[in-house]
Amino acid sequence: MEYFIELFLGGLTRGSIYALIALGYTMVYGIIQLINFAHGEIYMIGAFTALIVAGILSMLGWNPVAILIIASVIAVVYSASYGWTIEKLAYKPLRQAPRLSALISAIGMSMFLQYYVLLAQTSNFLPFPSLIPDFKFMEPIEHIVRSSEIVIYITTAIVMVFLTFLIKFTRIGKAMRATAQDRDMAMLVGIDVNKVISFTFIIGSATAAIGGVLVASHTGQINYYIGFIAGIKAFVAAVLGGIGSMPGAVLGSLVLGMSESFFTGYISSDYEDVFAFLFLVFTLIFRPSGILGRSDTDKV
Amino acid sequence: MEPILEVKELTKDFGGLRALDRIDLKVHRGQIVALIGPNGAGKTTFFNCITGIYQPTKGEMLISPGGKEKKSLNGLKPNHVTKSGLARTFQNIRLFQNMTVLENVMIGRHCRMHAGIPGAVFRNPATMREEKQVVEDSYRLLEKIGLEQYVNEYAKNLPYGAQRRLEIARAMATEPFMLLLDEPAAGMNVKETKELDDLIVQICHQEKISILLIEHDMKLVMSLSDLIYVVDYGKKIAEGTPEEIKNNPDVIKAYLGEEVDA
Repeated sequence: MEYFIELFLGGLTRGSIYALIALGYTMVYGIIQLINFAHGEIYMIGAFTALIVAGILSMLGWNPVAILIIASVIAVVYSASYGWTIEKLAYKPLRQAPRLSALISAIGMSMFLQYYVLLAQTSNFLPFPSLIPDFKFMEPIEHIVRSSEIVIYITTAIVMVFLTFLIKFTRIGKAMRATAQDRDMAMLVGIDVNKVISFTFIIGSATAAIGGVLVASHTGQINYYIGFIAGIKAFVAAVLGGIGSMPGAVLGSLVLGMSESFFTGYISSDYEDVFAFLFLVFTLIFRPSGILGRSDTDKV
Repeated sequence: MEPILEVKELTKDFGGLRALDRIDLKVHRGQIVALIGPNGAGKTTFFNCITGIYQPTKGEMLISPGGKEKKSLNGLKPNHVTKSGLARTFQNIRLFQNMTVLENVMIGRHCRMHAGIPGAVFRNPATMREEKQVVEDSYRLLEKIGLEQYVNEYAKNLPYGAQRRLEIARAMATEPFMLLLDEPAAGMNVKETKELDDLIVQICHQEKISILLIEHDMKLVMSLSDLIYVVDYGKKIAEGTPEEIKNNPDVIKAYLGEEVDA
């Protein structure tokens, strides 16, 4: 039974991380119908930024919690500016082009960022300091769930509530929904669509960066390639939940995280990634619009 | 008095096809002006040029909301055209289907609000006040248009006539000095058309918003319009009061074809 709980909580951790990345995928898809393959790289850049900042601050002898907060803030800002720049450079010029062009541009951007970090940093795994402290009250259950995992759950929950609120109730959220539904009409009621798209990229990237920092300090190591696999998994989760739908992204991430966790725990850990992608294949065959996605009937 | 909208020699080519050929048009304050013509004459293209969806090949489009300074619409993006006070509706309904009626109208107010993104995120008091004001204004506007019973319904669940009215409400929420209505009565029954007739007159007289409309329902056009322009094959073939248009041989020819001596 304890083993089951352990796997369940492990799945929850994976799911939360996937959710933080998948939200960005799904938001961008909702607004401009583009799979932003460079999104995983934003997550990786977030982790690297945090590592660099944390390195400098710990040399100065700051306390870990302060380092965690400052490193996260800088990582979020830096990654968000990356997201903004990527959109302006690689996607905006292709907005009127066929969708495939933008998709290829996204793949190119993803590779560019990976190899840029490879050259600018290193191809080795770098140790990441565990910035999240071990809480006192967690000690009795520390063998089942670690403090860093609790922090991941709570952060993901906060981010989700914040985004839901943002989309549902604020002016920019309304503008985002309007842009997603009919971009030309949104312009005609006076919405600056370019600003809305930029904002979406900024928010999505910031979310991914939070994920990057949390995962890095949870697993304790990073390299230039972590964004790729995490990005693909989050993409699977977003498709599973119904791409374009925010609750769908979260639900899909949790489903994927849990099933991965139980699969590796009860069957075999060697086939973990195979399992995730089999999930993608079956979703696409049997329910292409995802769990919560609406099946689009074409307009006549 | 200066016209509030003045279009000079507007021309639009699509490749080798001349969709609009040197069209002149003027709208004065307080007028209801109709643009009519057979299908494919270029009426919607004309609207698309004015509202910034297409860029015209040649010609000038000037507005002067205050009757003094003139401002050119050439090269403006749709959201900037809306900001300068022109709002439009579409031939086929283009509401934000998955938003409520109130939200559709509030979206229209968007361009008149001042709060930026930080305000939207951090909800400072000024933003909250503005937000509350927008909700109140939007509700009042819906009352005027007669849609208050639908406030929290999704736009897609409204009856057809109400959806058309909501499009007009959303356009009015941007506080235009002029409304461009593209076939507002399309697909409406006799009763709905009558109500629409009253609504347009009310908007023009009480709200002091001038109206330029494309319409095929001749009864509606003749009863509403102060001035009618007729286009055919991208060219303007006539302009005048409803009386003059009714008896214009060119117009009759365009609509019914030429008489052939047997």
